[in-house]
Amino acid sequence: MATTTLGRRGRAVPVGGRHRPALRALLYLSPWLAGFSVFFAYPLIATVYFSFQRYDLFTLEPVGLLNYRYFLQDEAAWTAIRNTLWLVVVMVPARLLFGLGVAQLVTKLKAGAGFYRTVFYLPSLVPLVAGTLGFVYLLNPGTGPVPTILSAVGLPSPDWFGDPGWAKPGLTLLGLWSVGDLMVIFLAALLDVPKQLYEAAALDGAGPWQQFFHVTLPVIRPVLMFAAVTGVIQTLQYFTQAMVAARVASGSTDSAGSVFTPGYPAQSTLTFPEWLFHQGFRDFAMGYACVLALILFAVSMVFTLFLLRQFRGLAEEDA
Amino acid sequence: MTLTLAPASRRAAGRARGHRRRAALTWIATHALALALAIMFLAPLAFIALTAVMTDHQALTSRLWPEHWEWGNFAEIFQKAPLLTWILNTLMYAVLATVFMLVSSIPVAYALARFRFPGRKVATLLVITTMMLPPQVVAVPVYILWARFHLTGTLWPLILPMLLGDAFSIFLLRQFLVTIPKEYSDAARVDGYGEFGTLVRVILPMARPAIAAVALFQFFYCWNDYYGPLLYAGTDTSHWTLSIGLASFRAVHRVQWNLTMAATLLAMAPVIIVFFFAQKAFIEGVKLTGVK
Repeated sequence: MATTTLGRRGRAVPVGGRHRPALRALLYLSPWLAGFSVFFAYPLIATVYFSFQRYDLFTLEPVGLLNYRYFLQDEAAWTAIRNTLWLVVVMVPARLLFGLGVAQLVTKLKAGAGFYRTVFYLPSLVPLVAGTLGFVYLLNPGTGPVPTILSAVGLPSPDWFGDPGWAKPGLTLLGLWSVGDLMVIFLAALLDVPKQLYEAAALDGAGPWQQFFHVTLPVIRPVLMFAAVTGVIQTLQYFTQAMVAARVASGSTDSAGSVFTPGYPAQSTLTFPEWLFHQGFRDFAMGYACVLALILFAVSMVFTLFLLRQFRGLAEEDA
Repeated sequence: MTLTLAPASRRAAGRARGHRRRAALTWIATHALALALAIMFLAPLAFIALTAVMTDHQALTSRLWPEHWEWGNFAEIFQKAPLLTWILNTLMYAVLATVFMLVSSIPVAYALARFRFPGRKVATLLVITTMMLPPQVVAVPVYILWARFHLTGTLWPLILPMLLGDAFSIFLLRQFLVTIPKEYSDAARVDGYGEFGTLVRVILPMARPAIAAVALFQFFYCWNDYYGPLLYAGTDTSHWTLSIGLASFRAVHRVQWNLTMAATLLAMAPVIIVFFFAQKAFIEGVKLTGVK
């Protein structure tokens, strides 16, 4: 397609020769093309190569499928997969429902809507390390305010980040607290639903619930879908909160570089990216870490492709 | 006629009263729920702040309100840990990465949004794909690359790549730039601007909200980043950022929750302060990612 532009008298005038536009695009894209090759395309190929090697940053030894065979019997890896799956199945839907509920509530508030939106959004900006540290303290038995308040009203409080059964629910609470980014997206979508649709539904005698299920949900479905899939992709990367909670709750003296077994208590918070990190950059089993990286790549790619199919318009709405 | 009208209007009035009462009850219920939720969202921040000014002893006694206000805790954390170094490192990382990201990503986003060239769709899809894929996927070879340059143990492996564009920012900027009507660039062309002049003089001023949003997101991403510094900063605490320092803080000051919470509050404070000044930019940015 020849690029044209409007000349002084409104006539279309071709710009440059046949190859000019492509060359110009290449110039503007060059930083990203370089970045894509050095920090994405090449490492992806290298990851495949290293996955067949034993590599500790100093010696490289081809070992065939050994790393892959090791994965099949690596129990910690399977625990990490189960934990990550737990978060996908429980935390992602919980955040979606809660985020949608909070957004729906904000649409109903006339007075003070701005104040509430601010309050609900703010926690999602709090640094993850700070928020996690805060939650471990808040839920800490004996000293934390939450158990204190619960016991004041006669309710028992579990040893959240010290009990393997309660550590993931503890992380989920943290995830619900920082639901503000989802809330903003949902709120924008809800406010975009045409008013006439509600009026028409009300004329047909639809109550609030029927309006929600027959008008609101179908209209905001694409946004919900987008949030669900990106939520899953984000959860596949879940790292900081699990790592910090385990480290702080266990009172580990780990600093960057020293020995630390993540997943405290009893590997209940060990996520897949954490195990990858631990294998590759603490134990320097880099070949094996590449096997884990490829698994993460495959799973994330499936969800990304699904997202792209659902949102074909994402890249071409102006074309 | 009058006989039938009277009860009907009375019934209507009664129905209206019922409606009004139900509306009032709904109003009260909605606001009560919102207020309760607001308190639950703010409570963690309040408790962290209150614990930060408790005495060492009191932080262990599960009392909720401080007996004495220990403002000295904030001075103490600066003495106990190289907090100032960590803050400066974090600032350097965040500021340089943000500036580098803007310089490299704006032209890319502009080209993807405005230029027609073969492969444009593929390039956009690749940006979205790299944005979606976890950074851990390519971590090993990238780490080895930086180790070869002897840059592990510093924050440079996190800063320098920003000179080569950031997929999330490119995507966000592109989403905004495609919404600017073509007529503006055509008008600039008529005024004699070239492609670069159009970008700088016409498009950039119009894209200021989107640029502010990606800059803020990048800055806060770096300020909050834990994975990156943990991977590269190494064992020398003088290269640490606030997030790594904070995560190790309690290990060193084991039972001193008051000091740990003071440090936590310190890490949150800039975020909260900036948010109140730049709320609109944040919220616009989040909405842009919501993809309609």
